[in-house]
Amino acid sequence: MLLISLALVALVVLIVSAPLRTRAAASGEEPGGRAANQREQREELEAEREAKYREIRDAELDFRTGKLSQEDYRAIDGALRTQALEILNRLDALEPAASPEPAESERREQSAPARLDG
Amino acid sequence: MEIGPDALCGGPEQGSLRYLRTMNPARKRTVRLVVALTAAVVLASALVYTSFSAASPALTPTQLVREAQPGQSYEVTGTVVPGTVHRVGAILNFAVEDRTGGTRVPVAYTGTVPDPFREGREVIVTVEKHGGQFLGERNSLITKCPSKFKEAPPGEKQTN
Amino acid sequence: MAGLGFACLLLALAVCAYGICASIYGVRTGRVEFSESGRRGVYALACLLTVAFAVLEIAFLRNDFSFNTVADTSSRTTPTLYRAAAVWSSQEGSLLLWAWLLSMWASLALFLTRRRMRDIAAYATAILLGFAGFFVSLMIFYANPFKTTSPAPAEGVGLDPLLRFPTMMIHPPMLYSGYTLCTIPLAFGMGALLARRVDADWIRSIRRFAFAAWLALGVGILLGARWSYAELGWGGYWGWDAVENASLMPWLTGTAFLHSLMIQEKRGMLKVWNISLVLATGTLAIMGTFLVRSGVLNSIHAFGGATLGVPFVTLIGVLIGSSIYLVVSRRDMLRSEHRLDSLLSRESVFIANNVVLVGLCFVVFWGTYFPLISAALTGQEASVGPPWFDRYTVPLALILVLLSGIGPVIAWRRATLANARRNFIVPVGASLATLALLTGLGLAHKPLAIAMFCCAAFVFGSVGQEFYRGVRARRAMAGEAVPRALVALVRRNRRRYGGYIVHIGIAVLFVGVAASSSFQHASELGLSPGQSTRVGSYTLRYVRPTATITPRNDAAHTGSTMSLGAVIDVSRGGRHVATLTPSEGFYASQDPTQGSVGSLIGGQPVSHIANDSSFTRDVWTAIAPDMEAPALAKIVKAGNATLGPEDAIVAIGYLARAYLKNPPPAQFHFIVSPMVMWIWTGGLIVFGGGLIAIWPAPSTVRRRVTARSRARRARGMARA
Repeated sequence: MLLISLALVALVVLIVSAPLRTRAAASGEEPGGRAANQREQREELEAEREAKYREIRDAELDFRTGKLSQEDYRAIDGALRTQALEILNRLDALEPAASPEPAESERREQSAPARLDG
Repeated sequence: MEIGPDALCGGPEQGSLRYLRTMNPARKRTVRLVVALTAAVVLASALVYTSFSAASPALTPTQLVREAQPGQSYEVTGTVVPGTVHRVGAILNFAVEDRTGGTRVPVAYTGTVPDPFREGREVIVTVEKHGGQFLGERNSLITKCPSKFKEAPPGEKQTN
Repeated sequence: MAGLGFACLLLALAVCAYGICASIYGVRTGRVEFSESGRRGVYALACLLTVAFAVLEIAFLRNDFSFNTVADTSSRTTPTLYRAAAVWSSQEGSLLLWAWLLSMWASLALFLTRRRMRDIAAYATAILLGFAGFFVSLMIFYANPFKTTSPAPAEGVGLDPLLRFPTMMIHPPMLYSGYTLCTIPLAFGMGALLARRVDADWIRSIRRFAFAAWLALGVGILLGARWSYAELGWGGYWGWDAVENASLMPWLTGTAFLHSLMIQEKRGMLKVWNISLVLATGTLAIMGTFLVRSGVLNSIHAFGGATLGVPFVTLIGVLIGSSIYLVVSRRDMLRSEHRLDSLLSRESVFIANNVVLVGLCFVVFWGTYFPLISAALTGQEASVGPPWFDRYTVPLALILVLLSGIGPVIAWRRATLANARRNFIVPVGASLATLALLTGLGLAHKPLAIAMFCCAAFVFGSVGQEFYRGVRARRAMAGEAVPRALVALVRRNRRRYGGYIVHIGIAVLFVGVAASSSFQHASELGLSPGQSTRVGSYTLRYVRPTATITPRNDAAHTGSTMSLGAVIDVSRGGRHVATLTPSEGFYASQDPTQGSVGSLIGGQPVSHIANDSSFTRDVWTAIAPDMEAPALAKIVKAGNATLGPEDAIVAIGYLARAYLKNPPPAQFHFIVSPMVMWIWTGGLIVFGGGLIAIWPAPSTVRRRVTARSRARRARGMARA
C-alpha cells in the first residue's frame, strides 16, 4: 500500500511538472507578449464572427417564418452583413505570420469541435 | 435610442404617446427604470409583509404551553413521548416534549403520517390551540431522520 | 486500504495548494508553463479523487466494516446495488462524491478550453482548485470517509430502507453533478473579471457548461420529485421543503442566464446582469450544498454535523463578498455596447423572462430562509408553508409559460408589428379554444388551472406554428420531403428549435402540475378486507391482505424482513381497471432493547406504493398496516420473551400468518390524480430539447459556414 501511495505521488508529480520540464520545447511561444495577445485577439474575433453569422442566419429564418417584413429584413440583414464584414476585415488585419494559409486555417477550424456550436 | 412608430402603435399618435416620443431617449430609459424598480419594490414589500403575517412561529413544547394563543398556528418541534401514541379512527394522538424533557404537549393530528414516525423520534408539526387541546394541522407532520444513523441519510423527504 | 484513501486526500490537498499557486503565478507573470502546470494539477486531482472514490466504493462492495461509513450505512443484507449507492448516503461519502464530480467536470472544462482563454482559464483553475481544496479539507479535518475502527464490527447498520430505490441511486449523483457544474461558469466568470475580459469568446465557452449544469440540475430535481411521489407514503412530488428549494434556486437563475446570455452575444448588452447571474448561480449552488448538511433550517434532509456550518458560511461569505467586489471594480469593462432596438423584440421578451425568473428565485429564497430572517429581525423564528409559496409562485409561473409562448413568435432585434399581430392569431386562437372547451366541460371552478392550460395551449400553438413555418420555408428553399425538412431544419438551427422543444416540455410539465394539484381526489381511511371506498370516479376495494417474509422473498428487493400489504381492486363504473398491491416493508434494526423478534422488524418501515399510471390519471395507493394491533403485539412480545436471536425469524412467520388470518383494519391512503404522467413526460421532453440545443454542430455545417464566409464577404463587397 505504501508502494501504491508512492506510485501515486510519482504520477502526480509527473503529470503536474510536465509543462515545466518541456518549457524549452514549447512551440515558439514567447512568455506573455505579442504572440499571446495576437492569439487572444484572434480567438475573440473568431468568436464574434461565429456569433455574427448566427445572427445573420437567425434573421433570415425570422424572415422566412414570417416574423419580419421584407423591408425590415433587408435593413437588419444589411446592418448585420456590414458588421460581419468589419469583423472579417479586422481578422485579416491581424498579423498574417500568426495565421497560416486560408486553406490550413479552415482545416484547423474544422478540427476544433468545442468552438463552434450549432 | 428611438422606438419607431411600429413598436408602439400603428395608428395616429395619441397625446401622451406623442409626449413619450418627444422625450429624449436617455430620459425615457430613466423613466422606465424608475417605474420598473418601483414596481419591484412594491411587489417585494407585499411579499415581505405577507410572509410575516402568514408565518408560523417555531416553538418548543415548553414555549408553546407558555405562549400559545388560540387561533394562531405554531410550528412545534419536539420529541414524541413514548407511550403516548394511540390512534382513534382517523386521529393520531401523541404527546411531544422538548428534546431535553419537560413539558408535554398533547397533539391530535389528522393526515398523512410519515413512515419514520414513532416514539422517541423528533417531529415538527403545525398546531393550533383549541381549548385545552392542540390540533395538528392536516398533513403538516414532519419526522426528522432518526439519529440512530450517525449522520442522517440524504434525500429523506417526509413532509406533507 | 483506508490509509491509501486518506493518503489520496492529503495528496489531493497538496495538489490543490500547488495548483492554485502555479496558476496564479503563471497568469501574473505570463509564464505559460506554470498555468499549464496548474491546469494539469486539476487532472492529477481528478486521478487522485478517482482512486479515493474507488477505494471507498470497493470497501462498500466488499462489506469492509472496518470503515466507519460502511458500518454505518451498509450491511451484509443490503442488496449489492444499494450497497454501491450507500457510498453517498453519509456526510463523508457525499462530500467525497461532490469533490470527485467537481474534479471530473473541472478537468473536462479545462481540457476543452486548453487552447483558448489562457488567462481566464488560469484564474478559473485556481478558483476551481480552491473549491476542491475546501471540500477535501472538510473531509480531512471534519468528516473523514476513511476513518476506521478496529476490530471491525461483524455487521453494519444497513442502508436506510427509504433510500433503497433506483431513483435514489441516481438522484444525488445527478444533483451533485448539477451543483458542481454550476461552479464552472462561476469560476470562469470570476476568471473573466479578474482577467478583465468579458467578451464573445468567454460567452461561447461558458454557454455549454451553463447548459450542462442546467440540464443536470433539472434532471436531479425531477428525479427527487419522482422519488418523493413514487416511493414515499406522502403522494406528493413537491413540498417546498428547504432542500428542494435550495436546488431550485440555482436552476432558476441558470435558466435566466441561458436566455440573457444570448442577448449579450448578439447585442453586447446586459454584461453586469449576466456576470451577476453566473456568480449568483454558483453561490446558490454552494448554498444548496450547504443547506443539506448543516441542519440550519428545519428540513428533513438533516445531515446533522453542525460542525460544518462555520466553514460553509465562511466560504459563502467570501464568495458573495468577492463577487460584489469584482463586479463593482470592473464595472467600466462591463458597460453595454448597445441598447434595446425595440420593445417589440425577442430581446425584450427575454428580459421579461429574466425578471420573472429572478422574481421567482427571490420568492423561493425569501420563503426558504425566512426562519433565519425572522429570527434575525424579530428574535422569533417562524416559517412559511406551501400555501405561501404557492400564492406567489403560481402567478409567476403562469407569466413565465406565457412568455415562453410569446418569445418564439417575435423576431430578434426589431419585429415588424403587423407581422407580429398576424403571428399571434394561431396561439391566441388555441388558447381561446382551450378556454371554451374547458369551461364547457365544467372545469371553470379552478381558474388557476384553467389559466395554466390556456397558457400551455398558447405555447403549443406558437411553437407548433414555428415548426410548421420553418418546415415550409425549408421545403421552399430545398424542396425536401416533410420529414427530411424537419430534421434538417432542427439540425441547422439547434439552439432555436431545441429551445422550442424545451418550452413545449415546460408547458407539458406545468399542465401536469396544474391538473394533478387542482383536480385531485384523495382519501385517507381505515379499511377491513371486503370494504371499499370511492375516490373520484373510482371505487377501490380492499380484497385481501398480503404478507411476505425474509429478505429473499421481498418483491421490492430492498431487503425487508417482512412485508405486509393488501390487494386492492380498482374499478370504475363497474368495470375493472387495475389490481394494485401496496405494502409496507419492515426492516431490521440494530436496537437490542426491542427484543429478539422486535429488532427484526423494528427498523425504519417503508411504504411500497402501488400506482396505476396512465396519461390521463394516476391511481396511487399506500397502506400502513397496524402493527400495534393486540394480536400482533402479543406475538412479538411472546417471541421476545422466549426466542433467541437465531430463532426469532420463526416468530416472524407466525406474525405473517396471523396477519393473513385475522387482518386488523389498515390505514389506507388513496389518491386519484389526473395527468401526473405529463410531469415526467414534460421533463423528458425538456431534457431531449436541451440535448438538441447543446449538441455541437456537425462538421459539414462548419465547413459550409467557413466557405460561406468568403462568399459573404464577396457579396458584402459587391453590395457596398
